[in-house]
Amino acid sequence: MEKIIEAQGIGKSFGDTEALKNISFEVNRGEIFGFIGPDGAGKTTLFRIITTLLLPDAGRMTVMGLDCKTGYRELRRNIGYMPGRFSLYHDLTVEENLNFYATVFGTTVRKNYDLIRDVYSHIEPFRKRLAGKLSGGMKQKLALSCALIHKPGLLVLDEPTTGVDAVSRSEFWEMLNRLREENITIIASTPYMDEAMRCNRVALIQKGQILSVNPPEKIREEFSRKIFSVKSSEKYKLINALRNFPGTATAYPFGDSVHLTFRDNEQDHSLTGYLNSMGISDATISETRAGIEDRFLELMQDK
Amino acid sequence: MKDIPVIYVRNLVKKFGSFTANDGLDFEVYEGEIFGFLGANGAGKTTALRILSGLSKPTSGIVRVAGFDAGNEAEQIKRNIGYMSQRFSLYEDLTVKENIMLFGGIYGLRKREITGKTADLLSRLSFEEYGDRLIASLPPGLKQKLAFSVAVLHDPKIVFLDEPTGGVDPLTRRQFWELIYESASRGITVFVTTHYMDEAEYCDRISIMSEGRIVALDTPENLKKQYNAVSIDEVFVKIARSPEKIV
Repeated sequence: MEKIIEAQGIGKSFGDTEALKNISFEVNRGEIFGFIGPDGAGKTTLFRIITTLLLPDAGRMTVMGLDCKTGYRELRRNIGYMPGRFSLYHDLTVEENLNFYATVFGTTVRKNYDLIRDVYSHIEPFRKRLAGKLSGGMKQKLALSCALIHKPGLLVLDEPTTGVDAVSRSEFWEMLNRLREENITIIASTPYMDEAMRCNRVALIQKGQILSVNPPEKIREEFSRKIFSVKSSEKYKLINALRNFPGTATAYPFGDSVHLTFRDNEQDHSLTGYLNSMGISDATISETRAGIEDRFLELMQDK
Repeated sequence: MKDIPVIYVRNLVKKFGSFTANDGLDFEVYEGEIFGFLGANGAGKTTALRILSGLSKPTSGIVRVAGFDAGNEAEQIKRNIGYMSQRFSLYEDLTVKENIMLFGGIYGLRKREITGKTADLLSRLSFEEYGDRLIASLPPGLKQKLAFSVAVLHDPKIVFLDEPTGGVDPLTRRQFWELIYESASRGITVFVTTHYMDEAEYCDRISIMSEGRIVALDTPENLKKQYNAVSIDEVFVKIARSPEKIV
């Protein structure tokens, strides 16, 4: 498989803060690769290195066969970058923004219209509107159109869905899937674990380190224990009771239930009686599948 | 406890000129309930939220919040609610204690009360050593817990949370929700607005707005059953994409 990015031992510090610690990974041609981790994990720093806007202190990175340090001129022509803060000019119209980006990259909107049609058609009816007057979802689509207009081989999207509503986010991921079919490689970052399932492979990242790189389903399977979902109408009481139960290894709220693991891995059947004695009579316990967040929590604790 | 309505809304209409932002909302939220208020951008959530928090008046309809009328008792409403958002919470260039002092003052607490509550809050969060630290120097998880505790410093009946756990790691997120559960178990009503549907899964009940109306309102579990969906995200997308199918 052709490697679009090869990163080996990347490190970057700002003063005393180590933003990235010895990061290594590879991205294959034509995949959607996600960096999933909380604010401050190092996602933006890493993306700035990939896009040649920052130099690493340590390690080596090649993007599309070019070294990030020496090949930056050529690389910049072939990367589409959508920074976390939208990169649009608010006092220019939709159309003016797009033309501006096309011109900067020495091309025209007409020449690459086919590539952006799917994304841009949603906002084209508003092409005379100032970018500053667009809704979050529309800004996101315009920013993506601008990042695509020079037909880059690699699209780098830093938190493209933050602050955008669920419907626009869902549409956005569908668009990325269609772009992938055009043989564009996409890397995207997000703090939202549920978006991991939209990627072909993801890297879980925390405190400047990569915890795991795998397809999302594989990451769920990596969870090392049996995990149970416990529900009750009295959530707070339930969490406290589960924490105090001697057979409990971990108990964390997870949506409308509590995800529980047992010290002996197998279900401890004395739990129901225990919960009853604590005044929780409506609890239900069933084995469930670990989610990405469960695995992330487990990896955080291993560190 | 969960049958005392703290928010009571009947046929709430809010118009801006010829545009109807809220088109006949009916719902109530109970004491100690964690209520998720969802909707796409432009659905009318912010308009409703501003009315519920005493910042704007309804064009017509009944809105009672913490026992006060949103039409003519907005000031009393403001004194009985707390607010926290991901974007705005604490002043980064003030210390932990200074922030508590400032917000206590804004909420109209007396100096003696604030001193007592400061000690209580710091010990409850095991924060004693952080009292004189600048907010900017705190890890995000601590900042967030502190922001929530400050938002409920004046023992409000209701606290409004805007995307409370966006961008934090899964452990911090869970600790934060436990803090919310703890407050709810003490009878504080928690009103959550968010774009993140997995955050909505933590709520007791959720409502989904579309084009100025509430088109769904139930427990996350019932909504998933009703829409034959595995997640609230899927419920939301189904509703938003086919508004004509909603009865």
